[in-house]
Amino acid sequence: MTRHRWRKFVSGLMFGVTAACAAAAVCLLFWILGFLVWNGGRALNFDFFTQLPKPPGELGGGMANAIVGSAQIILIAALIGIPIGFLGGIYLAEFGSGAFPFFVRYTADLLNGVPSIVMGIFAYTVVVRPLHQFSALAGGVALSVILIPTTIRTTEHFLRAVPQMLREGALALGASKWKSIATVVVPAAVRGVATGMILGIARIAGESAPLLFTSFGNQYWSTSLGQPTASLPVMIFTYAISPYADWHRQAWAAGLVLLAVMLLLNVGARVVLPPGTSHRT
Amino acid sequence: MGTLEHSTIAGPPAAAPGNAATPGVVPKLKISRLNFFYGAYQALHDIELQIAANRITALIGPSGCGKSTFLRVLNRMHETVRGARVSGEILLDNENALAMDVAKLRRRVGMVFQKPNPFPKSIFDNVAYGLRVNGIGGNVPLSDAVEHSLKRAALWDEVKDKLHRSAYALSGGQQQRLCIARALAVDPEVLLLDEPSSALDPIATAKIEELLFRLKENCTIVIVTHNMQQAARIADDTGFFLLGKLIEFDKTEKIFKTPAKKETEDYITGRFG
Repeated sequence: MTRHRWRKFVSGLMFGVTAACAAAAVCLLFWILGFLVWNGGRALNFDFFTQLPKPPGELGGGMANAIVGSAQIILIAALIGIPIGFLGGIYLAEFGSGAFPFFVRYTADLLNGVPSIVMGIFAYTVVVRPLHQFSALAGGVALSVILIPTTIRTTEHFLRAVPQMLREGALALGASKWKSIATVVVPAAVRGVATGMILGIARIAGESAPLLFTSFGNQYWSTSLGQPTASLPVMIFTYAISPYADWHRQAWAAGLVLLAVMLLLNVGARVVLPPGTSHRT
Repeated sequence: MGTLEHSTIAGPPAAAPGNAATPGVVPKLKISRLNFFYGAYQALHDIELQIAANRITALIGPSGCGKSTFLRVLNRMHETVRGARVSGEILLDNENALAMDVAKLRRRVGMVFQKPNPFPKSIFDNVAYGLRVNGIGGNVPLSDAVEHSLKRAALWDEVKDKLHRSAYALSGGQQQRLCIARALAVDPEVLLLDEPSSALDPIATAKIEELLFRLKENCTIVIVTHNMQQAARIADDTGFFLLGKLIEFDKTEKIFKTPAKKETEDYITGRFG
Protein backbone atom coordinates (compact mmCIF):
# COMPACT_ATOMS: atom_id res chain seq x y z
CA MET A 1 0.00 0.00 0.00
CA THR A 2 1.28 3.45 -0.74
CA ARG A 3 1.62 5.92 2.07
CA HIS A 4 -1.24 7.97 0.69
CA ARG A 5 -3.63 5.05 0.51
CA TRP A 6 -2.63 3.90 3.98
CA ARG A 7 -3.44 7.30 5.39
CA LYS A 8 -6.78 7.34 3.62
CA PHE A 9 -7.50 3.88 5.02
CA VAL A 10 -6.68 4.89 8.61
CA SER A 11 -8.74 8.03 8.29
CA GLY A 12 -11.71 6.07 6.96
CA LEU A 13 -11.32 3.42 9.65
CA MET A 14 -11.25 5.93 12.47
CA PHE A 15 -14.30 7.69 11.05
CA GLY A 16 -16.07 4.34 11.08
CA VAL A 17 -15.04 3.52 14.66
CA THR A 18 -16.09 6.89 16.07
CA ALA A 19 -19.40 6.82 14.21
CA ALA A 20 -20.09 3.28 15.42
CA CYS A 21 -19.48 4.31 19.04
CA ALA A 22 -21.76 7.30 18.67
CA ALA A 23 -24.42 5.04 17.19
CA ALA A 24 -23.95 2.53 20.02
CA ALA A 25 -24.53 5.28 22.58
CA VAL A 26 -27.76 6.32 20.90
CA CYS A 27 -28.87 2.69 20.52
CA LEU A 28 -28.34 2.05 24.23
CA LEU A 29 -30.36 5.12 25.09
CA PHE A 30 -33.22 4.09 22.84
CA TRP A 31 -33.04 0.54 24.11
CA ILE A 32 -33.57 1.78 27.66
CA LEU A 33 -36.28 4.16 26.56
CA GLY A 34 -38.00 1.44 24.56
CA PHE A 35 -37.87 -0.95 27.50
CA LEU A 36 -39.33 1.64 29.78
CA VAL A 37 -42.09 2.71 27.41
CA TRP A 38 -42.98 -0.88 26.54
CA ASN A 39 -43.12 -2.21 30.10
CA GLY A 40 -44.24 0.98 31.76
CA GLY A 41 -46.84 1.80 29.15
CA ARG A 42 -48.54 -1.57 29.64
CA ALA A 43 -48.60 -1.13 33.40
CA LEU A 44 -49.69 2.48 33.47
CA ASN A 45 -53.34 3.28 34.06
CA PHE A 46 -55.48 5.94 35.66
CA ASP A 47 -55.37 4.20 39.05
CA PHE A 48 -51.63 4.69 39.16
CA PHE A 49 -52.15 8.45 39.63
CA THR A 50 -55.11 8.30 42.00
CA GLN A 51 -54.82 5.18 44.19
CA LEU A 52 -52.66 4.33 47.18
CA PRO A 53 -50.40 1.28 46.97
CA LYS A 54 -52.17 -2.01 47.67
CA PRO A 55 -50.68 -4.51 50.12
CA PRO A 56 -48.66 -7.31 48.52
CA GLY A 57 -50.86 -10.01 47.12
CA GLU A 58 -53.65 -7.62 46.18
CA LEU A 59 -53.59 -6.56 42.55
CA GLY A 60 -53.94 -2.98 41.36
CA GLY A 61 -53.48 0.19 43.32
CA GLY A 62 -51.29 3.13 42.42
CA MET A 63 -48.64 5.54 43.65
CA ALA A 64 -50.59 8.73 44.20
CA ASN A 65 -48.88 9.25 47.54
CA ALA A 66 -45.43 8.85 46.01
CA ILE A 67 -46.21 11.34 43.25
CA VAL A 68 -47.33 13.94 45.77
CA GLY A 69 -44.45 13.01 48.10
CA SER A 70 -41.88 13.46 45.36
CA ALA A 71 -43.38 16.84 44.52
CA GLN A 72 -43.18 17.90 48.18
CA ILE A 73 -39.59 16.78 48.59
CA ILE A 74 -38.50 18.44 45.36
CA LEU A 75 -40.29 21.63 46.32
CA ILE A 76 -38.47 21.73 49.65
CA ALA A 77 -35.16 21.06 47.91
CA ALA A 78 -35.85 23.82 45.37
CA LEU A 79 -36.88 26.33 48.03
CA ILE A 80 -33.57 25.79 49.81
CA GLY A 81 -31.27 25.08 46.89
CA ILE A 82 -32.39 27.52 44.19
CA PRO A 83 -32.07 30.80 46.13
CA ILE A 84 -28.71 29.83 47.62
CA GLY A 85 -27.37 28.52 44.34
CA PHE A 86 -28.70 31.44 42.32
CA LEU A 87 -27.42 34.21 44.59
CA GLY A 88 -24.13 32.38 45.10
CA GLY A 89 -23.78 32.12 41.33
CA ILE A 90 -24.38 35.86 41.00
CA TYR A 91 -21.64 36.44 43.55
CA LEU A 92 -19.19 34.25 41.66
CA ALA A 93 -19.95 35.79 38.28
CA GLU A 94 -20.22 39.45 39.25
CA PHE A 95 -18.08 39.92 42.33
CA GLY A 96 -15.93 36.83 42.11
CA SER A 97 -12.24 37.38 41.82
CA GLY A 98 -9.83 36.61 44.59
CA ALA A 99 -9.16 33.79 47.01
CA PHE A 100 -12.62 33.32 48.51
CA PRO A 101 -14.52 32.99 45.19
CA PHE A 102 -11.85 30.58 43.99
CA PHE A 103 -12.46 28.53 47.11
CA VAL A 104 -16.25 28.61 46.61
CA ARG A 105 -15.93 27.57 42.98
CA TYR A 106 -13.59 24.74 43.85
CA THR A 107 -15.85 23.53 46.64
CA ALA A 108 -18.89 23.62 44.37
CA ASP A 109 -17.08 21.49 41.82
CA LEU A 110 -16.04 19.06 44.52
CA LEU A 111 -19.59 18.83 45.86
CA ASN A 112 -20.80 18.15 42.32
CA GLY A 113 -18.68 15.04 42.27
CA VAL A 114 -19.68 13.71 45.69
CA PRO A 115 -21.86 10.58 45.40
CA SER A 116 -25.46 11.44 46.14
CA ILE A 117 -25.73 8.81 48.86
CA VAL A 118 -23.21 10.79 50.88
CA MET A 119 -25.60 13.74 50.76
CA GLY A 120 -28.19 11.36 52.17
CA ILE A 121 -25.90 10.44 55.06
CA PHE A 122 -25.33 14.13 55.68
CA ALA A 123 -29.06 14.91 55.80
CA TYR A 124 -29.61 11.82 57.97
CA THR A 125 -27.09 13.16 60.46
CA VAL A 126 -28.25 16.76 60.60
CA VAL A 127 -32.02 16.34 60.17
CA VAL A 128 -33.22 12.78 60.79
CA ARG A 129 -31.19 12.06 63.92
CA PRO A 130 -32.02 15.26 65.84
CA LEU A 131 -35.72 14.93 64.94
CA HIS A 132 -35.77 11.15 65.55
CA GLN A 133 -37.91 10.83 62.45
CA PHE A 134 -37.58 10.19 58.73
CA SER A 135 -39.31 13.03 56.92
CA ALA A 136 -39.98 14.81 53.65
CA LEU A 137 -38.00 17.68 55.16
CA ALA A 138 -34.90 15.51 55.54
CA GLY A 139 -35.28 14.27 51.96
CA GLY A 140 -35.60 17.85 50.75
CA VAL A 141 -32.46 18.88 52.61
CA ALA A 142 -30.52 15.97 51.12
CA LEU A 143 -31.61 16.87 47.59
CA SER A 144 -30.98 20.59 48.12
CA VAL A 145 -27.34 19.84 48.91
CA ILE A 146 -27.11 18.24 45.47
CA LEU A 147 -28.96 21.12 43.82
CA ILE A 148 -26.88 23.98 45.27
CA PRO A 149 -23.55 23.31 43.55
CA THR A 150 -25.10 22.68 40.13
CA THR A 151 -27.23 25.83 40.38
CA ILE A 152 -24.28 27.93 41.52
CA ARG A 153 -22.11 26.84 38.63
CA THR A 154 -24.74 27.07 35.87
CA THR A 155 -25.86 30.49 37.11
CA GLU A 156 -22.26 31.69 37.12
CA HIS A 157 -21.68 30.23 33.67
CA PHE A 158 -24.62 31.95 32.02
CA LEU A 159 -24.08 35.29 33.76
CA ARG A 160 -20.48 35.31 32.60
CA ALA A 161 -21.69 34.85 29.04
CA VAL A 162 -23.49 38.22 29.20
CA PRO A 163 -21.35 40.73 27.29
CA GLN A 164 -19.43 43.18 29.46
CA MET A 165 -20.73 46.07 27.38
CA LEU A 166 -24.25 45.55 28.71
CA ARG A 167 -22.99 46.03 32.26
CA GLU A 168 -21.08 49.12 31.20
CA GLY A 169 -24.15 50.46 29.42
CA ALA A 170 -26.16 50.24 32.63
CA LEU A 171 -23.40 51.67 34.82
CA ALA A 172 -22.92 54.57 32.42
CA LEU A 173 -26.56 55.53 32.95
CA GLY A 174 -26.00 55.90 36.67
CA ALA A 175 -27.17 52.45 37.73
CA SER A 176 -25.49 50.95 40.77
CA LYS A 177 -23.68 47.66 40.34
CA TRP A 178 -26.50 45.71 41.96
CA LYS A 179 -29.12 47.54 39.90
CA SER A 180 -27.24 46.74 36.70
CA ILE A 181 -27.09 43.08 37.69
CA ALA A 182 -30.76 42.88 38.66
CA THR A 183 -32.17 44.81 35.73
CA VAL A 184 -29.82 44.03 32.85
CA VAL A 185 -27.43 41.14 33.46
CA VAL A 186 -29.84 38.63 35.01
CA PRO A 187 -32.67 39.34 32.53
CA ALA A 188 -30.16 38.91 29.69
CA ALA A 189 -29.18 35.49 31.03
CA VAL A 190 -32.58 34.39 32.29
CA ARG A 191 -33.11 31.65 29.75
CA GLY A 192 -29.83 29.89 30.40
CA VAL A 193 -30.02 30.35 34.16
CA ALA A 194 -33.58 29.03 34.40
CA THR A 195 -32.82 26.13 32.09
CA GLY A 196 -29.91 25.23 34.34
CA MET A 197 -32.17 25.31 37.37
CA ILE A 198 -34.78 23.12 35.73
CA LEU A 199 -32.16 20.61 34.61
CA GLY A 200 -30.86 20.57 38.18
CA ILE A 201 -34.36 19.89 39.47
CA ALA A 202 -34.85 17.18 36.86
CA ARG A 203 -31.66 15.57 38.10
CA ILE A 204 -32.65 15.50 41.77
CA ALA A 205 -36.16 14.32 40.85
CA GLY A 206 -34.62 11.00 39.85
CA GLU A 207 -32.39 10.53 42.89
CA SER A 208 -33.24 7.58 45.09
CA ALA A 209 -30.10 6.92 47.15
CA PRO A 210 -30.20 10.11 49.25
CA LEU A 211 -33.89 9.54 50.01
CA LEU A 212 -33.57 5.95 51.25
CA PHE A 213 -32.69 6.98 54.78
CA THR A 214 -34.02 10.53 54.84
CA SER A 215 -37.59 10.61 53.57
CA PHE A 216 -37.62 6.80 53.76
CA GLY A 217 -41.00 5.75 52.36
CA ASN A 218 -44.62 5.37 53.22
CA GLN A 219 -47.41 3.12 51.94
CA TYR A 220 -49.98 5.74 52.91
CA TRP A 221 -50.46 9.48 52.68
CA SER A 222 -48.13 11.49 54.88
CA THR A 223 -50.00 14.10 56.83
CA SER A 224 -47.09 16.42 57.42
CA LEU A 225 -43.61 17.25 56.14
CA GLY A 226 -42.24 15.78 59.36
CA GLN A 227 -43.34 12.26 58.51
CA PRO A 228 -41.79 9.49 56.45
CA THR A 229 -42.84 10.25 52.89
CA ALA A 230 -43.11 8.14 49.77
CA SER A 231 -41.28 9.21 46.63
CA LEU A 232 -41.23 7.79 43.12
CA PRO A 233 -37.53 6.84 42.95
CA VAL A 234 -37.64 5.02 46.29
CA MET A 235 -40.89 3.31 45.29
CA ILE A 236 -39.20 2.09 42.12
CA PHE A 237 -36.37 0.68 44.18
CA THR A 238 -38.64 -1.00 46.71
CA TYR A 239 -41.03 -2.40 44.13
CA ALA A 240 -38.36 -3.56 41.72
CA ILE A 241 -36.55 -5.71 44.32
CA SER A 242 -39.82 -7.18 45.65
CA PRO A 243 -40.80 -10.71 44.64
CA TYR A 244 -44.26 -9.71 43.32
CA ALA A 245 -44.92 -9.50 39.59
CA ASP A 246 -47.61 -6.87 40.05
CA TRP A 247 -45.16 -4.67 41.97
CA HIS A 248 -42.61 -5.03 39.17
CA ARG A 249 -45.28 -3.82 36.81
CA GLN A 250 -45.92 -0.78 39.00
CA ALA A 251 -42.19 -0.04 39.19
CA TRP A 252 -42.04 0.13 35.41
CA ALA A 253 -45.00 2.49 35.40
CA ALA A 254 -43.31 4.70 37.98
CA GLY A 255 -40.12 4.74 35.89
CA LEU A 256 -42.09 5.85 32.87
CA VAL A 257 -43.82 8.63 34.81
CA LEU A 258 -40.51 9.87 36.17
CA LEU A 259 -39.04 9.88 32.68
CA ALA A 260 -42.05 11.73 31.28
CA VAL A 261 -41.81 14.38 34.00
CA MET A 262 -38.12 14.94 33.26
CA LEU A 263 -38.73 15.12 29.54
CA LEU A 264 -41.54 17.59 30.10
CA LEU A 265 -39.36 19.76 32.33
CA ASN A 266 -36.54 19.69 29.82
CA VAL A 267 -38.57 20.47 26.75
CA GLY A 268 -40.89 22.83 28.60
CA ALA A 269 -37.94 24.89 29.83
CA ARG A 270 -36.70 25.37 26.31
CA VAL A 271 -40.08 26.22 24.84
CA VAL A 272 -41.59 28.42 27.51
CA LEU A 273 -38.63 30.47 28.70
CA PRO A 274 -37.91 33.69 26.87
CA PRO A 275 -34.55 33.86 25.15
CA GLY A 276 -32.05 36.29 26.67
CA THR A 277 -32.67 38.67 23.82
CA SER A 278 -36.34 39.00 24.66
CA HIS A 279 -37.78 42.38 25.42
CA ARG A 280 -39.58 41.30 28.56
CA THR A 281 -38.34 43.05 31.65
CA MET B 1 -31.70 66.59 37.29
CA GLY B 2 -29.70 67.54 34.26
CA THR B 3 -30.28 71.25 34.06
CA LEU B 4 -29.63 72.76 30.69
CA GLU B 5 -28.26 76.07 31.82
CA HIS B 6 -24.55 75.91 32.15
CA SER B 7 -22.97 77.78 34.94
CA THR B 8 -20.72 80.48 33.77
CA ILE B 9 -17.36 80.33 35.39
CA ALA B 10 -15.51 83.06 33.65
CA GLY B 11 -12.22 82.54 35.35
CA PRO B 12 -9.19 83.57 33.38
CA PRO B 13 -8.18 80.70 31.12
CA ALA B 14 -5.11 79.06 32.51
CA ALA B 15 -2.07 79.38 30.32
CA ALA B 16 -1.47 75.67 30.40
CA PRO B 17 -0.13 73.90 27.35
CA GLY B 18 -2.82 72.34 25.22
CA ASN B 19 -5.36 74.82 26.42
CA ALA B 20 -7.59 75.89 23.60
CA ALA B 21 -10.18 77.70 25.65
CA THR B 22 -10.89 80.87 23.78
CA PRO B 23 -11.90 83.84 25.92
CA GLY B 24 -15.66 83.98 26.05
CA VAL B 25 -16.05 80.23 25.57
CA VAL B 26 -17.19 78.53 28.75
CA PRO B 27 -15.16 75.46 29.76
CA LYS B 28 -17.53 72.64 30.64
CA LEU B 29 -14.80 70.25 31.69
CA LYS B 30 -11.47 71.34 33.02
CA ILE B 31 -8.86 68.62 33.30
CA SER B 32 -5.55 69.30 34.98
CA ARG B 33 -2.48 67.20 35.74
CA LEU B 34 -4.40 64.04 34.96
CA ASN B 35 -2.39 60.83 35.30
CA PHE B 36 -3.85 57.39 34.90
CA PHE B 37 -2.45 54.00 35.80
CA TYR B 38 -3.43 50.41 35.13
CA GLY B 39 -1.54 48.83 38.02
CA ALA B 40 2.05 49.87 37.48
CA TYR B 41 1.52 50.88 33.86
CA GLN B 42 0.92 54.55 33.27
CA ALA B 43 -1.61 55.03 30.47
CA LEU B 44 -2.04 58.81 30.66
CA HIS B 45 0.60 61.43 31.44
CA ASP B 46 -0.17 64.88 32.80
CA ILE B 47 -3.17 65.68 30.65
CA GLU B 48 -4.17 69.35 30.67
CA LEU B 49 -7.30 70.17 28.75
CA GLN B 50 -10.36 72.38 28.79
CA ILE B 51 -13.42 71.19 26.95
CA ALA B 52 -15.72 73.94 25.85
CA ALA B 53 -19.46 73.84 26.41
CA ASN B 54 -21.82 73.30 23.49
CA ARG B 55 -19.07 72.28 21.13
CA ILE B 56 -17.93 69.01 19.68
CA THR B 57 -14.48 67.98 20.77
CA ALA B 58 -12.80 65.15 18.89
CA LEU B 59 -9.95 63.08 20.29
CA ILE B 60 -7.76 61.41 17.71
CA GLY B 61 -4.61 59.33 17.79
CA PRO B 62 -3.29 55.88 16.96
CA SER B 63 -4.59 52.74 18.71
CA GLY B 64 -3.44 52.46 22.29
CA CYS B 65 -2.62 56.15 22.61
CA GLY B 66 -4.92 56.56 25.61
CA LYS B 67 -7.76 58.51 24.02
CA SER B 68 -10.44 55.97 24.96
CA THR B 69 -8.97 55.61 28.44
CA PHE B 70 -9.13 59.36 28.81
CA LEU B 71 -12.76 59.40 27.71
CA ARG B 72 -13.68 56.70 30.19
CA VAL B 73 -12.03 58.59 33.04
CA LEU B 74 -14.30 61.56 32.33
CA ASN B 75 -17.32 59.69 33.70
CA ARG B 76 -15.24 57.32 35.81
CA MET B 77 -16.05 54.16 33.89
CA HIS B 78 -12.46 53.18 34.65
CA GLU B 79 -13.57 52.37 38.19
CA THR B 80 -14.98 49.05 36.97
CA VAL B 81 -11.43 47.95 36.17
CA ARG B 82 -9.38 46.47 38.98
CA GLY B 83 -6.11 48.22 39.64
CA ALA B 84 -7.07 51.38 37.77
CA ARG B 85 -5.91 54.52 39.52
CA VAL B 86 -6.19 58.15 38.65
CA SER B 87 -4.54 61.31 39.95
CA GLY B 88 -5.07 64.95 39.09
CA GLU B 89 -8.25 66.93 38.75
CA ILE B 90 -11.38 66.92 36.63
CA LEU B 91 -13.77 69.80 37.12
CA LEU B 92 -17.29 69.63 35.76
CA ASP B 93 -18.70 73.14 35.99
CA ASN B 94 -16.11 73.76 38.69
CA GLU B 95 -17.26 70.72 40.70
CA ASN B 96 -14.75 67.99 41.44
CA ALA B 97 -15.89 65.13 39.21
CA LEU B 98 -13.54 62.64 40.83
CA ALA B 99 -15.10 63.20 44.25
CA MET B 100 -18.78 63.53 43.47
CA ASP B 101 -21.27 60.68 43.73
CA VAL B 102 -20.50 58.47 40.76
CA ALA B 103 -24.14 57.85 39.82
CA LYS B 104 -24.73 61.60 39.80
CA LEU B 105 -21.65 62.19 37.66
CA ARG B 106 -22.70 59.55 35.13
CA ARG B 107 -26.16 61.06 34.94
CA ARG B 108 -24.60 64.40 34.04
CA VAL B 109 -21.92 62.89 31.81
CA GLY B 110 -23.44 60.22 29.57
CA MET B 111 -21.62 57.71 27.42
CA VAL B 112 -22.14 55.93 24.12
CA PHE B 113 -19.92 52.97 23.35
CA GLN B 114 -18.07 51.68 20.34
CA LYS B 115 -20.44 48.84 19.59
CA PRO B 116 -24.17 49.42 19.99
CA ASN B 117 -25.12 47.86 23.33
CA PRO B 118 -28.89 47.99 23.67
CA PHE B 119 -30.26 46.02 26.62
CA PRO B 120 -32.26 42.87 25.90
CA LYS B 121 -35.45 44.82 26.45
CA SER B 122 -37.98 46.68 24.34
CA ILE B 123 -37.07 49.90 22.56
CA PHE B 124 -39.21 51.77 25.08
CA ASP B 125 -37.63 50.12 28.11
CA ASN B 126 -34.15 50.82 26.76
CA VAL B 127 -34.80 54.54 26.59
CA ALA B 128 -36.68 54.57 29.89
CA TYR B 129 -33.91 52.65 31.67
CA GLY B 130 -31.88 55.63 32.86
CA LEU B 131 -34.99 57.43 34.06
CA ARG B 132 -36.18 54.40 35.97
CA VAL B 133 -32.92 53.55 37.73
CA ASN B 134 -32.43 57.15 38.70
CA GLY B 135 -35.99 57.49 39.89
CA ILE B 136 -36.51 60.40 37.55
CA GLY B 137 -40.11 60.89 36.59
CA GLY B 138 -41.63 63.89 38.16
CA ASN B 139 -44.02 65.91 36.12
CA VAL B 140 -43.31 64.47 32.70
CA PRO B 141 -44.89 61.07 32.04
CA LEU B 142 -42.36 58.40 31.13
CA SER B 143 -43.80 57.93 27.66
CA ASP B 144 -43.36 61.63 26.86
CA ALA B 145 -39.78 61.55 28.05
CA VAL B 146 -39.08 58.48 25.91
CA GLU B 147 -40.66 60.10 22.87
CA HIS B 148 -38.67 63.27 23.41
CA SER B 149 -35.38 61.39 23.65
CA LEU B 150 -36.10 59.30 20.57
CA LYS B 151 -36.90 62.46 18.66
CA ARG B 152 -33.67 64.08 19.80
CA ALA B 153 -31.82 61.00 18.58
CA ALA B 154 -33.67 61.21 15.23
CA LEU B 155 -35.07 57.72 15.68
CA TRP B 156 -38.68 58.41 16.59
CA ASP B 157 -40.16 58.18 13.09
CA GLU B 158 -38.51 54.83 12.49
CA VAL B 159 -39.61 53.20 15.75
CA LYS B 160 -42.79 54.94 16.91
CA ASP B 161 -44.95 52.00 15.78
CA LYS B 162 -42.83 49.34 17.42
CA LEU B 163 -41.80 50.78 20.75
CA HIS B 164 -42.54 47.54 22.53
CA ARG B 165 -40.60 45.35 20.16
CA SER B 166 -37.15 44.10 21.09
CA ALA B 167 -34.32 46.55 20.56
CA TYR B 168 -32.44 43.72 18.85
CA ALA B 169 -34.84 43.89 15.93
CA LEU B 170 -33.27 47.22 14.90
CA SER B 171 -30.38 47.61 12.47
CA GLY B 172 -26.91 48.40 13.79
CA GLY B 173 -27.22 52.10 12.98
CA GLN B 174 -30.64 52.29 14.59
CA GLN B 175 -29.33 50.47 17.65
CA GLN B 176 -26.57 53.01 18.03
CA ARG B 177 -29.05 55.88 17.76
CA LEU B 178 -31.17 54.05 20.33
CA CYS B 179 -28.15 54.00 22.62
CA ILE B 180 -27.77 57.73 22.06
CA ALA B 181 -31.47 58.23 22.86
CA ARG B 182 -31.00 56.12 25.99
CA ALA B 183 -28.09 58.31 27.07
CA LEU B 184 -30.05 61.49 26.25
CA ALA B 185 -33.07 60.43 28.29
CA VAL B 186 -31.48 61.47 31.58
CA ASP B 187 -30.63 64.82 29.98
CA PRO B 188 -26.85 64.74 30.36
CA GLU B 189 -24.84 67.92 30.13
CA VAL B 190 -21.95 66.13 28.49
CA LEU B 191 -22.12 63.22 26.06
CA LEU B 192 -19.04 61.05 25.61
CA LEU B 193 -18.86 58.89 22.50
CA ASP B 194 -16.21 56.21 22.06
CA GLU B 195 -15.86 55.59 18.32
CA PRO B 196 -19.65 55.47 18.00
CA SER B 197 -19.70 54.78 14.28
CA SER B 198 -16.74 52.46 13.84
CA ALA B 199 -19.09 49.48 13.56
CA LEU B 200 -21.51 51.22 11.19
CA ASP B 201 -21.82 51.72 7.44
CA PRO B 202 -21.32 55.19 5.87
CA ILE B 203 -25.02 56.03 5.71
CA ALA B 204 -25.62 55.18 9.36
CA THR B 205 -22.44 57.11 10.19
CA ALA B 206 -23.69 60.18 8.38
CA LYS B 207 -26.94 60.04 10.35
CA ILE B 208 -25.06 59.93 13.63
CA GLU B 209 -22.85 62.83 12.63
CA GLU B 210 -25.87 64.90 11.62
CA LEU B 211 -27.42 64.07 14.94
CA LEU B 212 -24.36 65.13 16.95
CA PHE B 213 -24.36 68.39 15.10
CA ARG B 214 -27.86 69.16 16.30
CA LEU B 215 -27.25 67.85 19.81
CA LYS B 216 -24.46 70.27 20.61
CA GLU B 217 -27.03 73.03 20.95
CA ASN B 218 -27.76 71.87 24.47
CA CYS B 219 -25.08 69.32 25.13
CA THR B 220 -21.31 69.25 25.22
CA ILE B 221 -19.95 66.46 23.07
CA VAL B 222 -16.64 64.64 23.30
CA ILE B 223 -16.00 62.01 20.66
CA VAL B 224 -13.14 59.59 20.26
CA THR B 225 -12.63 58.64 16.65
CA HIS B 226 -10.25 56.66 14.54
CA ASN B 227 -11.53 58.36 11.48
CA MET B 228 -9.74 61.66 10.85
CA GLN B 229 -12.23 62.75 8.20
CA GLN B 230 -14.92 62.33 10.79
CA ALA B 231 -13.06 64.56 13.22
CA ALA B 232 -12.52 67.13 10.47
CA ARG B 233 -16.21 67.00 9.48
CA ILE B 234 -17.88 67.38 12.83
CA ALA B 235 -15.50 68.62 15.51
CA ASP B 236 -15.03 72.21 16.59
CA ASP B 237 -11.93 71.32 18.57
CA THR B 238 -9.58 68.41 18.19
CA GLY B 239 -7.01 66.87 20.50
CA PHE B 240 -4.24 64.59 19.33
CA PHE B 241 -3.06 61.85 21.70
CA LEU B 242 0.13 59.88 21.35
CA LEU B 243 1.60 57.38 23.82
CA GLY B 244 -0.60 58.57 26.65
CA LYS B 245 0.17 62.22 26.17
CA LEU B 246 -1.97 65.00 24.77
CA ILE B 247 0.37 66.29 22.08
CA GLU B 248 -1.75 69.10 20.74
CA PHE B 249 -5.18 70.56 21.26
CA ASP B 250 -6.69 73.31 19.20
CA LYS B 251 -9.44 74.32 16.82
CA THR B 252 -10.05 71.48 14.41
CA GLU B 253 -9.14 73.61 11.41
CA LYS B 254 -5.84 74.57 12.99
CA ILE B 255 -4.98 70.97 13.83
CA PHE B 256 -5.65 69.74 10.32
CA LYS B 257 -4.25 72.68 8.36
CA THR B 258 -1.41 74.09 10.40
CA PRO B 259 -0.57 71.81 13.28
CA ALA B 260 2.00 73.20 15.66
CA LYS B 261 3.68 69.88 16.48
CA LYS B 262 5.61 67.65 14.17
CA GLU B 263 3.98 64.49 15.61
CA THR B 264 0.51 65.83 14.84
CA GLU B 265 1.46 66.64 11.30
CA ASP B 266 3.02 63.23 10.78
CA TYR B 267 -0.12 61.53 12.05
CA ILE B 268 -2.68 63.48 10.08
CA THR B 269 -0.68 63.25 6.89
CA GLY B 270 -0.60 59.50 7.37
CA ARG B 271 3.08 59.09 7.96
CA PHE B 272 2.35 56.74 10.86
CA GLY B 273 -0.51 55.46 12.94
